[in-house]
Amino acid sequence: MEWSILQQYGPSLLKGFGNTILCWALGTVFGMALGLVIALIQRYAPRWVTWIVQAYIEVIRGTPFLVQLFVLYYGGPLVGLRLDALPAGLLGLTIYGSPYFAEIFRSGFRAVPHGQIEAARAIGMSELNIVRRILLPLGLVSALPALVNFSIILTKETVILSIITVPELLYQVQRMSTETFRYLEANLVLALFFWGLVEAISRVGHRLEARITKHLVERT
Amino acid sequence: MFSFAVFFESFGPLFWAARYTLLISVLGIGLGLVIGTLVCAARLSPYLPLRRFAAIWVSFLRGVPLLVQLLVFYYTLPVIGLDVPPTVAAVVTVGICASAYISEIWRGAIAALPKGQTEAAVAIGMNPRDVWTRVILPQAVTLSLPALINELILLVKASSLVSVVGILEITRASQAQAATTFRPLEVYIAAACIYLLINLCLAALGRYLEHRTAV
Repeated sequence: MEWSILQQYGPSLLKGFGNTILCWALGTVFGMALGLVIALIQRYAPRWVTWIVQAYIEVIRGTPFLVQLFVLYYGGPLVGLRLDALPAGLLGLTIYGSPYFAEIFRSGFRAVPHGQIEAARAIGMSELNIVRRILLPLGLVSALPALVNFSIILTKETVILSIITVPELLYQVQRMSTETFRYLEANLVLALFFWGLVEAISRVGHRLEARITKHLVERT
Repeated sequence: MFSFAVFFESFGPLFWAARYTLLISVLGIGLGLVIGTLVCAARLSPYLPLRRFAAIWVSFLRGVPLLVQLLVFYYTLPVIGLDVPPTVAAVVTVGICASAYISEIWRGAIAALPKGQTEAAVAIGMNPRDVWTRVILPQAVTLSLPALINELILLVKASSLVSVVGILEITRASQAQAATTFRPLEVYIAAACIYLLINLCLAALGRYLEHRTAV
């Protein structure tokens, strides 16, 4: 690859990378938030509400992300949901991630010893306080490894957003390669880049995980 | 308004295209099983270079998005002078990608077996080959069946990405259908329904196998 190409396309690639990180970070945060809400609904809401939520989980987990994006981005305008590519991608990523995060939170909550919750109830804590002070802190710690793992998986899903023309990294690389006819080199470099990115994120994530769960290891 | 006529009419062509989705996923997992088993064997081998190679294989394929892998493979073929039909290229890419995950499934299943099993087999004088073919592998295969069905579900969903390289599976067919009817909402929801149907069937199969093998 010649340097002049990099000089010419550097800024747009950098912008694409920025968008990739933006989509990933916001998609993860919003997806996690929605997932947490879903997990709490499944724990506390009446039976018929949990059925609706369960159906949502099955539908999102049973269909490809790409098709979900198509429904949202190309089908949305027919029902009055007119979004630009980037917001549509963000919303898509949030929706796509939420059921997986919800399942992770759910099993995290299940790992909280029942005696803890009973004890809290026995000393007269309100249900809200139990969630805030017992369920969340304990459940989140045991859900942490799975949360880190799924966030890493989401990094890779961001490239699919290029298909609905979100100007993220793959989109910019493809634009560059159609203009320079360097398809193979560009995509190969992108693959290596992603490899490094995912490895780096998983290193950082697992270190963070080890640090937060340190108190659990020391006690045993 | 949601047009039910368009919605129901799109099922015909999309079901027809579902053949390719199934073909790519099933052949993909078949190829993935073959390569994945080799990679897993390399990962567990006593030779360091083999172990290193397998570790890099797994880490690369799990670190790079499938869409990027598809594009790299798709553009590599003409450069090395191979002229294969796009369907073959798609199956090979999907299979190679799956091999990384399948080798990890095998590894997990083998690691999950109680150590006493191997020890007992060695103690009664079985040779290493018999230990593998009669004790470890049969149990590991049974243990990992649900995980493999899960992988197949992931592949059915991932196969939507091969639409990008022009294979007329469900997603690509729905794009064509959406373009001719101007009703993307109905058509894409129909496509989602078909994927959901396939995956619910597979999930039911997975639960059945899990139930049957959980003795």
